[in-house]
Amino acid sequence: MTAALPARRPTTATPAEPPATRPPARRRLPGLRAPAWLGTPVRRLVSAVAVLWAAATTAYAALLLAPGDTVDILVGDGADTPEIRAQIVAEWGLDRPDAVRYLSYLGRLLHGDLGRSYQLQRDVAEVLAGQVGPTVRLTLTAAAVGVVLALVLAVATAGRSVWPRRIVSVAELVAVSVPQFVIGIVLLFVFSFSLGWFPVSGAADPQALVLPALALGLPVAGVLGQVLREGLERALEQPFAVTARARGLGERAVVARHALRHALLPAVTLTGWFTGVLLGGAVITETLFGRPGLGRVTMQAVSAKDMPVVMAVVILSAAVYVTISALLDLAYRLIDPRLRSA
Amino acid sequence: MTELAITRAAAAPGPSAAPPLVAVEDLRVSFPASGVEAVRGVSLSIAPGECVALVGESGSGKSVTARALIGLAGPGAKVRASVFRVGGGDALTFGPREWRRVRGRFAGLVLQDALVSLDPLRTVGAEIAEVLAEHDVVPRRARPERVRALLEAVGVPDPETRVRQHPHQLSGGLRQRALIASAIAAEPELIIADEPTTALDVTVQAQILRLLADRKAAGTALLMISHDLAVVAAVAGRVLVMKDGLVVEEGPAREVLTTPRHDYTRALLAAVPSAPRPSTSSVSSVSSVSSVSSASAVPRRADGPPAPRAPVLAATGLSVAYGSRRAVDGVSFRLYAGETLGVVGESGSGKTTLARLALGLLTPDAGEVSLRGGPWSGLPERRRRPLRPAVQVIAQNPLDSFDPRHTVGRLVADPLSALPRRRRRERAVELLGRVGLPPELLGRRPRELSGGQRQRVAIARALASRPEVLICDEPVSALDVSIQAQVLGLLAEIQAEDGTALLFISHDLGVVRHLSDRVLVMKDGRVVEEGDAGEVFHHPRHAYTKELLAAVPRLPG
Repeated sequence: MTAALPARRPTTATPAEPPATRPPARRRLPGLRAPAWLGTPVRRLVSAVAVLWAAATTAYAALLLAPGDTVDILVGDGADTPEIRAQIVAEWGLDRPDAVRYLSYLGRLLHGDLGRSYQLQRDVAEVLAGQVGPTVRLTLTAAAVGVVLALVLAVATAGRSVWPRRIVSVAELVAVSVPQFVIGIVLLFVFSFSLGWFPVSGAADPQALVLPALALGLPVAGVLGQVLREGLERALEQPFAVTARARGLGERAVVARHALRHALLPAVTLTGWFTGVLLGGAVITETLFGRPGLGRVTMQAVSAKDMPVVMAVVILSAAVYVTISALLDLAYRLIDPRLRSA
Repeated sequence: MTELAITRAAAAPGPSAAPPLVAVEDLRVSFPASGVEAVRGVSLSIAPGECVALVGESGSGKSVTARALIGLAGPGAKVRASVFRVGGGDALTFGPREWRRVRGRFAGLVLQDALVSLDPLRTVGAEIAEVLAEHDVVPRRARPERVRALLEAVGVPDPETRVRQHPHQLSGGLRQRALIASAIAAEPELIIADEPTTALDVTVQAQILRLLADRKAAGTALLMISHDLAVVAAVAGRVLVMKDGLVVEEGPAREVLTTPRHDYTRALLAAVPSAPRPSTSSVSSVSSVSSVSSASAVPRRADGPPAPRAPVLAATGLSVAYGSRRAVDGVSFRLYAGETLGVVGESGSGKTTLARLALGLLTPDAGEVSLRGGPWSGLPERRRRPLRPAVQVIAQNPLDSFDPRHTVGRLVADPLSALPRRRRRERAVELLGRVGLPPELLGRRPRELSGGQRQRVAIARALASRPEVLICDEPVSALDVSIQAQVLGLLAEIQAEDGTALLFISHDLGVVRHLSDRVLVMKDGRVVEEGDAGEVFHHPRHAYTKELLAAVPRLPG
């Protein structure tokens, strides 16, 4: 009978005592310790650079280790003339020693030069530049749709009566488990072909963004909604929520002012991860909705074996992830003051 | 301005003239979802300015009763009563709106641990200001000033800085004060304090009790919920003893706590392990100190067996630092077979670190622990492991130290891997028998056991490897008093039979006194006093020991 009672037993008589609250027994030489304010940003920057370097090197290794002549690989399915071959050898330093070749590749990247697509006879940066806009617009809109939908549903159903909660849970499960392209096709069928509310393809007007953003954002809303609701419900059971209610706050204020912030912490992690995944998911969505964008360019580059473009996309994705994780870190600190002083 | 925050209207009419703040008859609270009837017919009234205490063990329904008074009995709770008047209104007719006017304005709630009872993500100032805003106590412009005044009123120094800090940046005592400040911000007529000092050290507990007593003196009524009878004795005028959702005894605190009528109250009182008062005459204590040699490392026990010469476990000059903080600083002790060495101190004094050192889980920065005269702390783990069966641990909360998926049988038999399978089960049953548990429990999982049963299983597991030393780190702190007494009795029994040496760590002086032959008093990682238990408790030499003993709340009589 005791188990079900909300009455709390005095479990921790000495709260400051458990080792969990203590800093880990890590011993460093006092002289080597960076000042606290410098520690985190510097460590972040170093690890960010390391990730980018690793991405660039992996892409480079893939190029070198691929079977066949490196020049052949770089030419891919494009026009194969002696002039282009000479150009490749010169630009990639293929006539020089391995180390010099690798370092000049890194140096080139450091200058922001992503190389040249020999198939398209254009700079890779130029090829990508035109495509980044639509993809970023799509990804951010989808992320926003996912986050807003998840927030609204979670706040509306957390700790409420059973039925709305169940219906929303099922909807979330469906959104998560159905593949994106199916969601996309269903949306197209209903809202474009049948109702004619939105254009079938293209990216010309803002209306064309609605369906792809929904197709991409609904699964995000599904997962995020579940995580948020669970977080909210856990937070609403905490003693501080009881204290807030005992002050006379209404349930809505308890959620908005207290519980939501606690529920956001795990959700923020997921959102960051999702925003990265969305970039990958954009491939399918962009193809399905006939939108220009990075996803389609990547697909084309992969199928045409346009190595320089593929390599650039790898490095670009790494950069996006690094940026997102830095933003996440900042967001954590904003939300949880305990991380600031730690 | 400050004045307003400190005292309620002094012109309160006499208690006889005023109607009670709360009048409840036949209160019943049930949770239909789980089929639990937490409160089964409680009647209770609280007069203005009165302090009423609800006492009982966990599961007695005291918290649910108190929370029902502000409409917060819990999710899914069904509350019924024949009379239910709160703050002059009929609570049976209250909707959400009326309840919200009662909460904070009529009654403030103070919970156990402010680290989690104040929102850890918000500043202390924001938490207090929230009450002011909700009930529109003062205009918006005046709120920051009022928040500061409130913090000052509850004895928080430097309120200017504190308002901008978060709960984790405040000490336990300051946090609890801030929580009280938020509860009294709208000047409620009643404070409901649910185990308000349970998470605190005894010296801090004494301060918070004084603060609550001050509020009461200022005219606020107090409903105090506690499992600790001595705490209740310090403030309450009237006591209600609860058991299984019913009030079994009720009356003036002095009467109930000195001449209890109900068996359950008597059992509760008898189970409290109490620390004796330090000698009342300071002169005699001083003179007795001079006669006792401070270097009494060898235990002198009149009734006990003579101590063997070689200690089982000995530590010399142990030091451990976490970063720049010295958790343990130059601690030495000797533990002999068959004796109990108590270690007392408040949180942060280094008790648990000392336990980890003794267990060989932490390598000291300086000093050494030796086992049976041989090396222990200095050994590489590979050579220490074969010796580990000799030193076992009993932790505060066995639920955390058990794998929740394992059955009791598996938990207890875990150290018996050397035995053949069939023999293992027999031995597990045998071990359960020793700690007074029936063999039927073998198939249960930790969650299906009561707190006392869990701690018995923890003891059985520790005994499985026939240890010479048992390290008990707050072994009864999470238990109700009646269960505490049983577990302490069991430990004493095992010690008498096996001659096991106990290193007994606790913040609770009464518990340590109950079991120990010798005592170490720790403060900030150092041993400030050491000696024969009776000597330390009756004639404390160090000022800190005296302070600790003086702070322990006592039962009257």
